[in-house]
Amino acid sequence: MLTIPQELVDKIVAHARADHPDEACGVIAGRDGVPERFVPMANAERSPTFYRFDSMEQLRVWREMDDRDEEPVVIYHSHTATEAYPSRTDISYASEPNAHYVLVSTRDEDEVEFRSYRILDGVVTEEEVRFVP
Amino acid sequence: MAIEVRIPTILRNYTGGAKAVAAEGATLDELISNLESAHPGIKERLVDQGSLRRFVNVYLNDEDVRFLGGLGTPVSDGDTVTVLPAVAGG
Repeated sequence: MLTIPQELVDKIVAHARADHPDEACGVIAGRDGVPERFVPMANAERSPTFYRFDSMEQLRVWREMDDRDEEPVVIYHSHTATEAYPSRTDISYASEPNAHYVLVSTRDEDEVEFRSYRILDGVVTEEEVRFVP
Repeated sequence: MAIEVRIPTILRNYTGGAKAVAAEGATLDELISNLESAHPGIKERLVDQGSLRRFVNVYLNDEDVRFLGGLGTPVSDGDTVTVLPAVAGG
């Protein structure tokens, strides 16, 4: 289960809406599995069907997390024309075994889909999301 | 002195859980071969058909080695090599 403050959910959704129709991506850093710090990342691909963190930005952010004893608790990205479910490429490149992979879909202008998954060795498991104040 | 190689979570099963290990070599290619001799299996996760895997980022100090010289990049004692899996998908 992912327990996440509503404020962070709102930030992820706002980022996804702002970058639509391209995919948006980023990280929520935290400690002991608790998501705390919103870190939006550039999508180096600037694409409606693909995302990739910029490698230099990723190095900087990962070092910063290391220095603060944080981990990427959440790795999020958006789908802009399809449902909020991991694609085949999402599954094959998933490489943070401890992260909650959050998918947001912006295909509907009024409604947002916000779902969370564990992706381990090619296996996707959806998990419950608990929104807290 | 040696070169420090920082290992990402997903590859720590090859290093007995260690976050960083020491290795030697004059180029990144040699360094990875040296790493392989101490931690068998790790090379295949970094290199495919003679070049770095597309979805693995390798940095020499503060630079992405793709912008330096790939596997041919010279390395020297005191350098730090950082491996990070790319975060990507569709």
